[in-house]
Formats: sequence, C-alpha cells, structure tokens
Amino acid sequence: MKNMNKSTQKLLSTIGVIVVLYIVLSVMEGTGNLSSLLSGLLVPVCAYSLVAVGLNLCVGYLGELSLGHAGFMCVGAFASAFFSKVFMNTIPDVPRFILSLLIGTCFAALFGFLIAIPVLRLSGDYLAIVTLAFGEIIKNVINVIYIGMDSKGLHFSMKDMLSLGMEPGGTLVVNGAQGITGTPRQSTFTLAVILLILALVITHNFVNSRTGRAVKAIRDNQIAAETVGLPITKYKLIAFTISAAIAGVGGVLYAHNINSLIATTNNFGYNMSIMILVYVVLGGIGNFSGSVVAAVVLTLLPELLRGLSTYRMLIYSIVLIALMLFNWAPSILEYRNKHGLTAAAIAAKFKKKNTKEVS
Amino acid sequence: MGFLTYLINGLSLGSVYAIIALGYTMVYGIAKMLNFAHGDVIMIGAYVTFIGMSSSGIPAVPAIVISIIVCTALGMLIEKVAYSPLRKATNLAVLITAIGVSYFLQNIALLLFGSNPVSFTSVVKWQGLSLAGGQLKITGNAIVTIISCLIIMVCLMWFVKHTKPGQAMRAVSEDRDAATLMGINVNATISLTFAIGSGLAAVAGALLCSSYPSLTPYTGSMPGIKAFTAAVFGGIGSIPGALLGGLLLGIIEILAKAYISSQLADAIVFAVLIIVLLVKPTGILGKQIKEKV
Amino acid sequence: MKKKLLSLALVSAMTASLFVGCGDAAKSADGNDQATEEAAGELTWKIGGIGPTTGGAAQYGTGVMNAIQIAVDEVNADGGINGYQIAFNFQDDEADAQKSVNAYNTLKDWGMQILEGTVTSGACTAVSAETYNDRIFQITPSASSTDVTTGHDNSFQICFSDPNQGTVSADYIADNGLAAKIGIIYDSSDTYSSGVYQNFATETQAKGLEIVATEAFTSDSKTDFTTQLQKCKDAGAELLFLPFYYTEAAIVLTQANQMDYAPIFFGVDGLDGILSVENFDVSLAEGVYLLTPFAADAEDEATQSFVSKYEEQFGGIPNQFAADAYDGVYIIKEAIESANLTPEASNEEICEALISAIQSVNYNGLTGENMTWNAAGEVSKDPKAVVIQNGAYVSVQ
Repeated sequence: MKNMNKSTQKLLSTIGVIVVLYIVLSVMEGTGNLSSLLSGLLVPVCAYSLVAVGLNLCVGYLGELSLGHAGFMCVGAFASAFFSKVFMNTIPDVPRFILSLLIGTCFAALFGFLIAIPVLRLSGDYLAIVTLAFGEIIKNVINVIYIGMDSKGLHFSMKDMLSLGMEPGGTLVVNGAQGITGTPRQSTFTLAVILLILALVITHNFVNSRTGRAVKAIRDNQIAAETVGLPITKYKLIAFTISAAIAGVGGVLYAHNINSLIATTNNFGYNMSIMILVYVVLGGIGNFSGSVVAAVVLTLLPELLRGLSTYRMLIYSIVLIALMLFNWAPSILEYRNKHGLTAAAIAAKFKKKNTKEVS
Repeated sequence: MGFLTYLINGLSLGSVYAIIALGYTMVYGIAKMLNFAHGDVIMIGAYVTFIGMSSSGIPAVPAIVISIIVCTALGMLIEKVAYSPLRKATNLAVLITAIGVSYFLQNIALLLFGSNPVSFTSVVKWQGLSLAGGQLKITGNAIVTIISCLIIMVCLMWFVKHTKPGQAMRAVSEDRDAATLMGINVNATISLTFAIGSGLAAVAGALLCSSYPSLTPYTGSMPGIKAFTAAVFGGIGSIPGALLGGLLLGIIEILAKAYISSQLADAIVFAVLIIVLLVKPTGILGKQIKEKV
Repeated sequence: MKKKLLSLALVSAMTASLFVGCGDAAKSADGNDQATEEAAGELTWKIGGIGPTTGGAAQYGTGVMNAIQIAVDEVNADGGINGYQIAFNFQDDEADAQKSVNAYNTLKDWGMQILEGTVTSGACTAVSAETYNDRIFQITPSASSTDVTTGHDNSFQICFSDPNQGTVSADYIADNGLAAKIGIIYDSSDTYSSGVYQNFATETQAKGLEIVATEAFTSDSKTDFTTQLQKCKDAGAELLFLPFYYTEAAIVLTQANQMDYAPIFFGVDGLDGILSVENFDVSLAEGVYLLTPFAADAEDEATQSFVSKYEEQFGGIPNQFAADAYDGVYIIKEAIESANLTPEASNEEICEALISAIQSVNYNGLTGENMTWNAAGEVSKDPKAVVIQNGAYVSVQ
C-alpha cells in the first residue's frame, strides 16, 4: 500500500509539473512571449513524448527491446490522416478528429497486436531485429500505396497513380511516396497535453494493476511466472498492444500538425525508432516521466544549437555520448556519489538558488 | 541466363554484407553489444582508401592497408573512450552510446569531406569474365568481392579456433567471469575484437564502394543496418552464421527485386527474415540458449 | 524515492528554465533587434533560406545556401535593394518535413520577411502551408512538386514543376523519335522522383510511347542497381528514363557500363551536377540527356562570374539548384523594386505586394531568359533538354 502511494505521488507530481508548464507556456503563447520555434515544437514534443512513453512500457515493463515503434506511430499517423482527409467535407471538425484519433489508435493497436503474436515468441536482440523489420515493412509498404477518391468511391493501388483508374477530377488521398498532403491541422497544445497526461495515467495504472504486476513478474523471471500459472502470452500481448496504441496516439498528433505527411527513414523509419529508444534509455528505463523529460530535452537540443550551424549535429552527438557516460558509466556514477554530484544533491542546490532568485 | 546473372549479383552484394556482418557478429559475441557505429567506420575506411588512391595516387593495395590501420586505430579508440566505461552498465546504455558515436562519425565526416558525393575508383582494375558468348558477364568487382569474403572467413575461423588470442576470444564470449579467473585479459581481448572488426570494416568499405561507387558521409549507415540484419539472420555471434546470413540476404534482395517487385524488395527481405526467425528463433546457425531457472 | 522525486523536480525545473529562458531570450532578442535598428536607423531586408545541410541530402541544400550567399553579397556590395542591405540566414532541415517547419519557425523568430526555400519537395510542402498562414512570401529554388504551390498563392517556384518536367521529357522523346521502348527507374520512396515519374508515365500514354519496364528503388537500397538495369535490358528498353538525383545516377551509369548495357539515358533536372561529382569518369555520361536551364561552362559573363565566385569561395562547381537559388535573390530584388517596398512594411504587406509584383517581373538570369510567373506560382521557363558531349552540355532543339 505504501509503495502504491509513492508511485502515485510521483505520477501526481509529474502531472503537476506538466500542468504548471502547460499553464506557463499557454500564457506565454497567449501574450506573444513564446518564440515561434518553441510554440511550433509544442505539439511534436508531446507526440514524441507519447511514443517514448509507449516504448518505455515495452522496454521497461515488458523487458523487450523494440526497434519498430516508429512503425506504430506511422500506422497511427497515416490511418488517422487518411480518415480526416477522406471525410474532410462530410463530418464536422470536432467529431471527425475524435473519430480519427480513435481510428489511428485502434489501427496502431491492431498492428501492435498482430505483430506481437509472432514477435513475442522471440527474445532479446532477435525480438529487436524483428520489430525493426516490421517497422521497415510498414514504411516501405506505405510508400507504394496509392488511394484515390472520386464519385464512385475509393480506388486502391499498390503500383502507381495511373492504375487507380480514377475519373478525371478525382482526388488523390494517399499518393505513394508523396504521402498525404493537406491533413487538417487539428492538433493543439491543449489536446496534446491532455493526451499525454492521459497516457501517463493509463500506463501508471496499468503497471500497478494486477495485469501490470503479472507483466513485471514475467519480465523478472519468465520461468517462475510460468510455474505459478500466469498466462505469459496473454499478458505480453496486452502490454505490447497498449504500448503500440500509445505510440499510435503520438502518430495521430504528429499527422494533424503537419501539412505534408510522408514516410521517410528519418521520421517513421528505424532512425526514428532508435531516436525514441534514446529518449527511453536516457530518461530512465521504466521511468515514464523520465521519458517525457528526455524527449523534451533531446528534441529541443538540436533546435537550440542552431546557432552553431554545421557543427550543430556534431555537438549534439557529443552531448549524447557524454550524457550516456555521465548517467550510466559505473565509474562516473561512483565519482558523482563521492563528490555530491548526484541529481538529488544538485537539485537541492538548485532549489536554494531558485528561492534566492525569486526573493 | 538471367537467373544466373541475378544470382552472381546477389552473391557479390551478399559478400559485402557478410564482411560487414562479421564486424557486428564478433563484437556482439564477445562484448554482447550491438555496435551501431560499425557502418560509419566503413564509411571512414572508404574515404581513407579514396583519398589514398585518388588524391595521393597510391596503388589500391597500400591504400587499403593504410585504411585498415586507420580504421583499426579508430575502432580501438572508440571502444576505449565510449564503450569501455560502460562495460558493467546495461546493454541498452552501450547501444545508445554506439548510436551517439555513429552520429558523431557521420557529422565529423560531413565536416571533413563535405556533403558532395565522390565517385569511388574501383580497387579492382580487372574487367571480369564474359561467359557463354557474352550472355553471362561477371564483373571483376564481383569476383574479387566474393573471393575476399571467403578468404577473410577462412582466416578468421582459423584464427578463432587455433591461436591463443582467438581462444581467449572464445573464452570471453562463453563466460567473461570464468575467463578472467583463467588469467585472460578481458579488456585486451575486447580491444582486439574491436581492432579486427574495424580492420575488416576498412576492407568492406573499399569493396562496397568499388561495386557501388558513390561515397557520401552517409554511405555506411544503410549497409550497416542491412549487415546487422544479416548477422542476426545467420545467428548473431556465429562467424559462419554471418557469412551465411550475408549471402542469403544479398541473394534474397536481388531475387526479390528481379522476380517479385522492385518497389517492395525491402519489405520482402525483411519479411523473409521474420519468417526465418520464427522458425529458428536464434537465427540459422545461432546457438539455442536454454534459459536457466 | 525522495531522491527520485528530487531528481524529477530538478529535471522539470531545468526544462522549465529552458523553455522560459528561450522565450525570454527570443523576446529580448526581438526587442533588441528592433531597438538597434531604430537607433541606428538601419533597416535590412531579412531573407531566410531552408534546406538540408546535414543528413543524406546535404549536398543539395549546401549548394543552394552557398549560391544565395554569393548573390546576397553581390547585391549588398551593389547598394542593396531599394537602398537597404540584405541580411541572410540559412537553416538546416535535414530534408525532413517536421524539421523544416522548426527551421521556418526559427527564421520567423529571427524576423524573416521573405523565404527563399525550401530545397526539397516534401519539406517544402509542409513549410508552404505555414508561410501561407503567416502570409510570408516564399519562393523555392528547387522544390518541384505541385503540392508546394497548389492552394498557396504566396508560394512561387524558380525550377520547373514535376508535371512540367515529366511532360516535356516524354514529348521530347516522342517528338524526336529517340526511342520506341522505354524503361524507367525511379526512387519510389522520394517525393520528387515519384512525382516526375507519374507525370512522365501519364504523358507517355498520351504520346503512344511504350514503357517496357518500370523499376523502382528506395532510400534503403540505393546502392545496387544491377537488377533494375538487367530487367530493363532484358525487356529491350532502348531508352532509360532516370528521374532522380545525380548521386544515384553516377552509380547507375557505372553499373550499366560494367554490364555492357548502353541505352540512351534521359534524366531530369536532378541529374544536373553529375559532371562535377568528384572523380567521376565523365566519359560514362557521354550522350546522356537531361533537363537543365543552366550550364556551368556557359560563355556568358554572368554565369562565368557566378561559377568562378562559387569555386573560389566554396570549392566545387555549382549545379542548377545553386544557379536557381542565385537567380532567386535577384528575382526577389526585382520584385521588391517594382513594388517599391521598404523593409518597414509588415510581412503581410510585403507578401501581398510581392505576389502581384512577381507576376509582372520579366527576369533574365542564369537559368533562363524572360522568366515570368503566373498566379499559380509556376515559372514560365520551359525545361530544355541538353545532351552531354565531350564532357560538356550541348543544347539540343
């Protein structure tokens, strides 16, 4: 019971921080004090955070390394953008967005479920490579899908635009590698924050539920869990599907924030999957709030380094390596402990400084 | 005749994958880490060979030797600075650091060599064979690539089986703690593994760019991922597995392009990989590890 | 637990300070800018540029960045536009749509009035929706997709559009009877390549040309083209249409040569630059057709001065995109002059004035004579086919 309270406490404090940040940022945006760069980044940062939270559920609690979460994000993004585009003129804005959010999430969950059935038979790095493979397949297939719409309904092809056989005047909804253009922009910061908090609450409740405890037991010792009669496959499937669904929500947000949705290696391929994994590991495996913080910091970092022009990505990579060593290298951790450089100690100093500044 | 041509092209592509996959598989077997920066070491190797041959006018073989030396040093340096401090940390931490190193190498190459592609002069001057009255043409690059791959493989197998350092490698890969107790210098062994893997990367870089002659700072990343896939395909940690995985991946890729769909070739390659792993969950030649309670 | 809580508080505090700090910094920077400008009485034109300078497409963005810099320096040395100097700021987008929007927002914070960019089609489509909403005038040197201009009255192109290139290529091949059987290799994961391919395929149907092989590659497998070439060869293609960039084309030409396959190669504007790939055996490109309005070895004074400046400052030979970007600055200059604007005008005023002004501009530059623009944002210049002979472009008509 005590344990429960503490983790709930932590969740509440995280949500508190997010809400405070949200209010501060909204006020700043409202009064025109927020730079365009940051206000443009608010929604994408929340989207990446969501995917990171989803992946953290998979890596931290299921204990399986997935390199394909960008694929679920991709599915969520394309399914919802497709829906929004097709019903752009037939369903009013708000119900359409709610529906497309549901559709995006469900599709991502469905793909997560279907992929999990074979994938979860494997373990370790073999599982990682198969998820990577699925992510690449999703990206590759989406790049050759052509869907057009005319008065007769939808036309589908996996070859090219010509073989759709559309009437003249029909519109292309999904145009292969050119993706979906002109998705209505409906992701707002408010919405993104609500979804992010929702995801944090859901994951928190999930890991502390009966199912969640079973999942943790399986992670810690599968054989022991099996022996006490836990249905391993069922629990693994549930965790993986939820994880994929949350990534899908991130995709929906991403898709409804950008005019041109295309699937490339950098935004939905393995590069993005790896980037999200970086957020998870840097933020702390199994630490959902940490994932959010890491996603925020690492998305902002290259943007804030823009002043360095060509050196920016170089500095970024050095910072990444340094952060990893600082946070994980046993010898450095020992040194930090000895010299009072732990997060807690710094936080204490920081707090004192802050109060001084305020007063 | 068409099929044979495709098959040879596939073997040639697969041989390059196999040599790269060796680097992944050896490092994985011994240090239990996925060295995502391996593909970028290949790129650096290719640039060194290119500069040696085109700018300094050195013949191909010495240029490759220089590149091997540079890459070996680079590999050991990376291991020392970025990976060895994390040896006792979780595998994931090392994985992320490797990704950081990969970004670092790409961006340093971008600053040093610029973003414009360079056209790599083939290290093989020989035009190749023309069989069956010109119907079947095998390029010199393909022949040299396939033969080098086989030679490297045989040498490595011999090295690992019959030399002291090779035996030390196997011991470390079996059980690091036990190996330490037996008086094996684990750090030196891991360092040696990185040295060999990176040296091979230099050879792979020269061969890769001879067959596919466009070199940019990002040349290494995709073959790197493909070779990683090949290593897993064959059973990661296994040297013959890397050869088999690399060759199969190359052949499947080419045949899928030729007979099914060139648009969906990547998807098909990955689908085959998934199917194989479902049937053999630790790759074709991977060891089945029984989990202990 | 306490430690964790504290660390959480710490990171959130840090993040918060990051946000707040940035917001404040941006605000004060803006304030400062205005203050200094007003104090010194020196207003400048703020022209922004966006394109990839890192990542796999860096070579295309870097050329554009360098060329704009040359043009801006020239204009400034010559007294600026309407007496005001130009300040130029170029941001990297790694050819990614989201990062391109970030780059655009960075430029907006800087106070950009006019955008020359972005370089790649997919990213440009995302950014043109932003400039349209913010009413900032945009002219792109090289994004050829129609999605860039469709529905955005403030976006203009200097390069040929995708349909334009596809159609002109097919027409040229049909009208000159270059070949009856055509093979196509294109990048099915790239916006630009698949855009040109679609338009080309549509036009070949209309012209009655026979496409015997359509092969694709993706960004994940763009090193080995032997299979695609072999299939085109087996299908008897006499002409290969290659709507992609010169980086890949250099490999295609080398591999075709190795397998003794010598069809006519026909590329579009992405192929320009192939002759200046370092160490490339230009004899392989002999007889290759491509669409470009610009030849770096042209005799005229403007081209020679641009090329020599480029080589001197940045090294290498500029390609068509760089030339388009160079022209872009002068086109903006001409439009501003004809609209008689000063930098005091708001972004929206500049945008509206330039939208009408550019449609009356008639510009002679490196990449064409008598260029004009229509309301749809397309340039009037017709893609012209050139053929490579003895390592140089020779125009064919």
